[in-house]
Amino acid sequence: MTRIVLSKPDIDRALKRIAHEIVESQRGESGLVFLGIPTRGIHLAQRLAALVAEIEPQDVSVGTLDVTMFRDDLAAKSTRMTVPTEIPASGVDGRTVVLVDDVLYSGRTARSALDALTAIGRPSIVRLAVLVDRGHRELPIRADFVGKNLPTSTSERVNLSLVESDGVDEVSIA
Amino acid sequence: MSIVIRGASLCGETSADILIENGVITDVGTVSVRATRVIDANGLIALPGLVDLHTHLREPGGEGAETILSGSRAAASGGFTAVHAMANTNPVADNANIVERVQERGRQAGYVEVRPIGAVTKNLEGEQLADIGAMARSTARVTVFSDDGKCVGDSLLMRRALEYVATFGGVVAQHAQDPRLTIDALVNEGPVSADLGLRGWPSVAEESIIARDVLLAEYVGARLHICHLSTAGSVDVIRWAKKRGIAVTAEVTPHHLMLTDETVRSNSPIFKVNPPLRTAEDVEALRAAVADGTIDIVATDHAPHASATKDCTWHDASFGMVGLESALPVVLATLVEPGHVSWKDVARIMSTTPATIGRVHGYDAPLVVGSPAHITLVDPTSRGTWSTDRLEGLSTNSPYLGIELPGRIVGTLFNGTETVVDGTLVDAEALRKP
Amino acid sequence: MKHLLSTRDLSRDDAVAILDTALDMAEVRQRDVKKLPTLRGKTVANVFFEDSTRTRLSFEAAALALSADVTTFTAQGSSVSKGESLKDTLQTIEAMGADFIVLRHQHSGAAQAVVDNRWVDAHMINAGDGTHEHPTQALLDAMTMRSRLKGDAARGSDLDDISITIVGDVVHSRVARSNAWLLHTLGASVTFAAPRTLIPRGIDHWGAKVVDTLDEALDERPDVVMCLRIQRERMSSGFFPSETEYSTVWGMTPARLAALPDTSIVMHPGPMNRGLEIAGSVADSAQSTVTDQVTNGVATRMAVLYHLMGADS
Repeated sequence: MTRIVLSKPDIDRALKRIAHEIVESQRGESGLVFLGIPTRGIHLAQRLAALVAEIEPQDVSVGTLDVTMFRDDLAAKSTRMTVPTEIPASGVDGRTVVLVDDVLYSGRTARSALDALTAIGRPSIVRLAVLVDRGHRELPIRADFVGKNLPTSTSERVNLSLVESDGVDEVSIA
Repeated sequence: MSIVIRGASLCGETSADILIENGVITDVGTVSVRATRVIDANGLIALPGLVDLHTHLREPGGEGAETILSGSRAAASGGFTAVHAMANTNPVADNANIVERVQERGRQAGYVEVRPIGAVTKNLEGEQLADIGAMARSTARVTVFSDDGKCVGDSLLMRRALEYVATFGGVVAQHAQDPRLTIDALVNEGPVSADLGLRGWPSVAEESIIARDVLLAEYVGARLHICHLSTAGSVDVIRWAKKRGIAVTAEVTPHHLMLTDETVRSNSPIFKVNPPLRTAEDVEALRAAVADGTIDIVATDHAPHASATKDCTWHDASFGMVGLESALPVVLATLVEPGHVSWKDVARIMSTTPATIGRVHGYDAPLVVGSPAHITLVDPTSRGTWSTDRLEGLSTNSPYLGIELPGRIVGTLFNGTETVVDGTLVDAEALRKP
Repeated sequence: MKHLLSTRDLSRDDAVAILDTALDMAEVRQRDVKKLPTLRGKTVANVFFEDSTRTRLSFEAAALALSADVTTFTAQGSSVSKGESLKDTLQTIEAMGADFIVLRHQHSGAAQAVVDNRWVDAHMINAGDGTHEHPTQALLDAMTMRSRLKGDAARGSDLDDISITIVGDVVHSRVARSNAWLLHTLGASVTFAAPRTLIPRGIDHWGAKVVDTLDEALDERPDVVMCLRIQRERMSSGFFPSETEYSTVWGMTPARLAALPDTSIVMHPGPMNRGLEIAGSVADSAQSTVTDQVTNGVATRMAVLYHLMGADS
């Protein structure tokens, strides 16, 4: 049984709120870099960057951070394809990096992302933004910006669809 | 001691009883005499005892792979009553001492007649003739001379060998392989060797030597035997030579009648053999050549190897397959069942003619009164998956393991003595009891 | 994939996936921190029965870049080159803890034999077996062709419409075999140019065209000319009479380079015999990809190690 927990207006609202919170937290500092974690984090990063730029014109750049090679479960799972990492020309050194992912669960992807980022440079601040936090953390990691907290059981599956990749904006639980 | 074999089909034709007294066939037909032993052979084919012109018994020097006793047992279980032991032992059978010892060890084993083959050249080195006369005049009465495993490559030496061996009424059995054209060769040259990056063994390396040797044999007026033909081109050369009246005989192995070089793609060294397995077209040509008489005999080239020499890379593996036990089943599958030859032909190509080429006594009039009782009883309807249970020798390098083969040797009589009873090899102790 | 033994059984999708990962690995190699933690705690054993410093160093660099521990075994000479020793050597190395074995062996089929006979459980990478295959070389060559000829459109693409002339000692070349099969799988068209002594018999089914002279191949204006290394001892074995004659008819000379379109590239797996199969100035020209191939070699081998490590392999 599948139930829809977030529809398009819910997602839009959540992202808008996150954008505002990010602007708020910047306190006028510039040099914001959104790095999307593949695959849906990439689209969310792009949307957030656009929303932030609308709220307050500033130096915002967007990139992609592939975390595949930093995962701790590679030998246990079937081979995952890597995705190109694209760091904006300005780099990440001394900037505020917002890592963007779709769903925060065990925290292992976020951990991989922190390691992957370390290999690329040294931002002054790193934040984590997620559209959905479904709980069940396995590592001491929390998100700075959360679109929606979704209490789930581990047996449930959270499906997050975005227009860019799936044709529709929707979060459901199965 | 008298034995009566009841109701066997003689060479696949009429059924009859065979009476054997004191090792000799004394009656064929309806035998009413009460015998000491009666073998019910209803539904079985009686063949003259099989004669292998090409066997590697490995003794002396290679007893880890086979001995004269273990090879004799393998032979008897395959329906053979005589085998020719190749000379490439260590030391090489290039003198009277060795051939006499080999023959004596065969006699002691008691399962088959072991006829030593003498080397053509000293230590198989292809440089100087071996003690051919001494071997021919020894108690072993050697009549077949071969450097098998190696080709007598030097043309002048081959001419001399043909002439000298003819002096003693013998025959040279040539391993036709141009040494220069096959340096480091590992597999038939063609798509398989190209794909696997293994050094190719061109068919012309065999055919050119055969062509040269039939011309030499004609020129000096000697008899020539060609071992293990493996290519369609070789068949053409032999056919031409025979038409011309040259005294050449030719053999083919069971494996060259069944297997192709495509097996090499398995990368399993069990299929590594000299000459190499060839193409499906070659296999067809070889079968047709047996059917039309161009190829005279089937000989096993039984080549046992210890397992370590096959549990390695293709390159490092030894050449050779065991074949005594499986010879008749493979002949049945490749020649009889497809209709290329009759059972009568099987008697010819696996007994009478090899005995003629090797000058083995007692095989010229098979299954008739007065002949020595060398008899093989075959159940042609039996079929089974070939397994190591069917192997009686010391080595298990059979390429047929896991393959279904027809036919089963139910009985073998060597000089009237049963070496195989009800499909089971008689053990050595029992065999020696009078 | 558990092992990489051959390009012959590599599917188009698997090959493209490895090449795409290799692009990402190449990007990592450009960073200040060039190392990935991917193979931390794993051991890659480089087992080289035949000397090949450049291949060994390339695999070592790839393994180290993925944070693997690396052990290296090199053996030359006849005492350890027997089959029993191959089995024993590999079992010993695995017993010391090797998760990946990179095997270079002078005998065709050696890596395949190790896998077929289950002498070891480790992931096997064939780093060159006799005159048979050298799959990572073919993959790095394909990566080089894709990047140089397709630029930004490289990712996800195969080599459809690309024409390659492979010139030289095809019969003894594992590079030629692995390339011919991989290129065929990737949709490229391959032409061999060599004296007939250096073309194997029985390759009709490879789908490659065979011509006698290099000029005949160059008339078709290939996108790629790949020169194979010529072993000097082939002369004494009668494959061709002299270096001069070889370089005159089959050497990649400046004049031949000039006749090629500017967009065509010249490849060589190395080590080169300058002046024999390739002129020095051609090797150093902008159209030469020799150093690209070395760079791409590390990225490709990283990608291969990565693709073998997954649990579906």
